[in-house]
Amino acid sequence: MEILKLTGITQEFGGLRALDSIDMTVKQGQIYGIIGPNGAGKTTLFNIITGIYVPVEGTIHFHGQELKAMSPHKVAKLGIGRTFQNIRLFNKLSVIDNVRVGSHAINKSGFISDLFGLPLARREEGQIMIRAGRLLNLVGLYEKRDEYADNLSYGEQRRLEIARALALKPSLLLLDEPAAGMNASEKVELIELIYRIREEMKLTILLVEHDMNLVMNLCEIIAVLNYGRKIAEGNPEETKNNEAVISSYLGVEA
Amino acid sequence: MEAFLTQYIDAYYLRIFVLIGINIILALGLNLITGVTGQLSMGHAGFMSIGAYTAAILTMQYQAPFWAALLAGALLAAFFGFLIGIPTLRLEGDYLAMVTIGFAEIIRVFFLNFEPGGKAVGLYGMPPNTTFVLVWGIVIVVILLNAKLLDSRTGRALYAIRENEIAAEASGIDTTRMKVLAFTVGSFLGGLAGGLYAHYMSYIAPQDFGFMKSIEILNMVVLGGMGSIPGSILGAVILTIAPEMLRIVADYRLLFYGGLLVILMIFRPNGLLGDVRIYDIKKRWFKKEVG
Ligand SMILES: Nc1ncnc2c1ncn2[C@@H]1O[C@H](COP(=O)(O)OP(=O)(O)O)[C@@H](O)[C@H]1O
Ligand SMILES: [Mg+2]
Repeated sequence: MEILKLTGITQEFGGLRALDSIDMTVKQGQIYGIIGPNGAGKTTLFNIITGIYVPVEGTIHFHGQELKAMSPHKVAKLGIGRTFQNIRLFNKLSVIDNVRVGSHAINKSGFISDLFGLPLARREEGQIMIRAGRLLNLVGLYEKRDEYADNLSYGEQRRLEIARALALKPSLLLLDEPAAGMNASEKVELIELIYRIREEMKLTILLVEHDMNLVMNLCEIIAVLNYGRKIAEGNPEETKNNEAVISSYLGVEA
Repeated sequence: MEAFLTQYIDAYYLRIFVLIGINIILALGLNLITGVTGQLSMGHAGFMSIGAYTAAILTMQYQAPFWAALLAGALLAAFFGFLIGIPTLRLEGDYLAMVTIGFAEIIRVFFLNFEPGGKAVGLYGMPPNTTFVLVWGIVIVVILLNAKLLDSRTGRALYAIRENEIAAEASGIDTTRMKVLAFTVGSFLGGLAGGLYAHYMSYIAPQDFGFMKSIEILNMVVLGGMGSIPGSILGAVILTIAPEMLRIVADYRLLFYGGLLVILMIFRPNGLLGDVRIYDIKKRWFKKEVG
């Protein structure tokens, strides 16, 4: 079943065409990789899916619903969680508060019930706390729950971003270079974590990553972007051997 | 209780305590907008004046009960906070600051020409309904509700907007709505403090609510520590007492505030209590015991 379908997505910044009619279909439960050189348009694609930019052309369907021109918080409420290439944590909030904020979308308590601590607010607070604790355990940050987010190491911050994104109970998770800045053992743990959350939370994952080893290991299907165009799509084996990919991207790395 | 207080406490000190209370309400209101949500507002005195004039006109010219006049002043200020909140949402930092300064200035000029408000002369002879007990009763309620709000889903969302707006949106927070909410509630408190002030001083004039007053309130929030309730309280206490205790401070207000901020930026950039948490204090003690 299709969970996300992009058709003809085109984006321009000034005169620059950052994305050129991208078609992409992501199926339920897939780990779908997007690779390509810097500036290829990968992050822009994520920003379009999550409502930060409205594309010049094209449509986005999520579970069959049109997302175009929907504001980011609404997209989040529909169940799309994401992390950022340039880490965007709530630095001067504690680790656990970062995750508690992450659950904003799935709760209802409003100003009045929060102001007076009405039953709705109290009931939700309990659940929010328990869930946040569980998610921190999952990413191995429970011991650091009271630290400020900006006291964490780089790898820990990336994992905290994943926990925060999971707090909104997404059905689709977008990870923008989750392994950037991680050492080898952290990368191994990350791969395990991604597998685990997909199984346990029945997630579909869309992932941008430069580490070829990680991408080839994790992803069932890979799209290759170059100068805003999708130049290839296929399983890891096909992608590795694709002529256009080797000359424009993989060749450079080797 | 009030009679007891006035009998045993020097009127001068009682007055300072009442002004501290009113300033705490002002600071907690602005703290919500600027300290917690991170929206730099430099026109808080404008909301205060709306509350002050509304309440004063209602009690004096319409014989409204004091509580109703206070509430009406606060609600009207909240309404203006709501209106200001909407266009300022697209603005950030310096631009937002300029719009809020402009707004407060427009309000001031409006009252300067407002016949029922006594124009430049202002209003005097308001019934002195604001008592020590009333002010501090309200202060306690405001502190408790503030604390409740900030430790809730709504409160965390406001802090998240200050910390990273894009990430807040991506977490499902309607940042537009939340910012308007912060402006509305913060202005409500500003208006409430204004009504109390008018019925304590029994005299108000447009110049009481000028740019300097806005800066004074902002200084309380910054000095105490952005986003911290104990910080805003401490800031209000210090900046109410300082000009009273030190004549030199009163005479060179501008210089004093400027100097204070510079010293603060150097030694405690997050304000006196801005980054003080029980957790960190505990950790420090624990580490000391171990080492
Ligand atoms: N907000 C923006 N304004 C102008 N140009 C942008 C903006 N965002 C991205 N770009 C440009 O679009 C292109 C694609 O960027 P990006 O999506 O970040 O690439 P990638 O994530 O693949 O490295 C780059 O040339 C970048 O400079
Ligand atoms: Mg990128």
